[in-house]
Amino acid sequence: MEIAKLVEDVAFNLLKQAVIYLPEDVKEALKKAYAEETSETGKTQLKAILDNIELAEKYMAPVCQDTGTIIFYVQAGAKVKNLDKIEEALVKATRRATKEIPLRPNAVDPLTQKNSGDNTGRFIPYINWEIVPGDSLELTVMPKGGGSENVCLTGMLVPGEGINILKKFVIEAVINAGAQPCPPTILGVAMGGGADIAMKIAKKALLRPLDQPNPNPEIAKLERELYEAANMTGIGPMGLGGKTTVLGVHVEYAFRHPASFPAAVAFNCWAARRATARIYSDGTVEYLTHKSLV
Amino acid sequence: MAIYHLKTPISEGEIRKLKVNDVIYITGTIVTARDQAHRRAIEYFKQGKPLPINLEGLAVFHCGPVVSKEGEKWVALAAGPTTSTRMDIFEDEFIKNFKVRVVIGKGGMGKRTTDAMAKYGAIYGAFTGGAAILAAKAIKNVKGVEWLDLGTPEALWIFEVEDFGPLTVAIDSHGNNLFMDVAKTVEENRKRIYEKLGLQP
Repeated sequence: MEIAKLVEDVAFNLLKQAVIYLPEDVKEALKKAYAEETSETGKTQLKAILDNIELAEKYMAPVCQDTGTIIFYVQAGAKVKNLDKIEEALVKATRRATKEIPLRPNAVDPLTQKNSGDNTGRFIPYINWEIVPGDSLELTVMPKGGGSENVCLTGMLVPGEGINILKKFVIEAVINAGAQPCPPTILGVAMGGGADIAMKIAKKALLRPLDQPNPNPEIAKLERELYEAANMTGIGPMGLGGKTTVLGVHVEYAFRHPASFPAAVAFNCWAARRATARIYSDGTVEYLTHKSLV
Repeated sequence: MAIYHLKTPISEGEIRKLKVNDVIYITGTIVTARDQAHRRAIEYFKQGKPLPINLEGLAVFHCGPVVSKEGEKWVALAAGPTTSTRMDIFEDEFIKNFKVRVVIGKGGMGKRTTDAMAKYGAIYGAFTGGAAILAAKAIKNVKGVEWLDLGTPEALWIFEVEDFGPLTVAIDSHGNNLFMDVAKTVEENRKRIYEKLGLQP
């Protein structure tokens, strides 16, 4: 099969898997939160979330009506042929998914306020490219909800204040976000790079499974510390109070300019959707996040 | 925490009984409206133009559903709430002009809406954000759609619902606002967090 059609089909399947079935690690974290939540109102919210996840799977319907802005991450092996055909294939897959699953049309021209109706438009779906050695292609889709996107933020912190200023930045972001991002959320936190780099890696950190801390033990410690602190806020499920405000915190970093300390916090709602597949050079496809479905 | 099952049209008396943290389920008619529909409804009112549906005693739902047309019939596939704070600039006038009794959404609303709810007798029911299928399964029939020119998320969708919920009463008609209460608790907790992390305020 030619690569364009194959990529289109795989991307369509990924979109479908992602919007209907939450990844196992997210489901496990939500079940654990329900078992451990002590606020009655918080528990009601988590129960509604778990019931909803079950219904979505049963009826094969999108788990949330906001099926998000469609973002792809492509890890392309340098030896893969016809890479120039992939972008068009991903756009086609997005159009098809919008019509057939269906997804809610979420792409609006900011100048005219017109909705394109098919989730595509200038730069949308957005594609993050990475060229890696080899001849296989790894595709990930992240349908990113608007409610949690609205509270993402970057900041240029004071380098002289050290790591504590980052902790403060994150805690303040969680407190200011309150109920808006549909807690319990997952946080992608980044420090360093530049304003754009920080947000890019913070968002990418949302793709990491919840049971995988950062391999750097110092960073993993920071993740745990921020996780515990965020859950001390009392914001709780849906901001109605309780001890489950975040399901996980993933920290990434890049080296920074001596005069700059860029930081970013990317929020993902509890409906933390993602799906990944790898396409090998012989055309075989391996679905990595939703193995049990294929 | 008490549980109530309400049928539309809902009277002011029924609303006044409810307190924050109560849980309600609604049977009857609910109508979706987001930013654009709120804006247009208020413009219509100013111009003396009637709305396509009388909202008195009904519930307005901050929601942009995923819908599909099967033959001539619309079906709501996913219909969770959207963030209500965006509607804060419209809701007091909306409640006053159209006499809706329940506002359904997520994330809560501010003082302006809380005051209007106390004055005119309305409550805010928090529906679990993202619980779109739970909501869709309670929608028994799409009775109609108006203002489709605003796009499907922004249109007025008229839903016939059965036991739509659970809705946590997060703003009651007595000036109580659960989100503001939580905000106070968070304010207290912030100090403890700063101490634990060794941060300067």
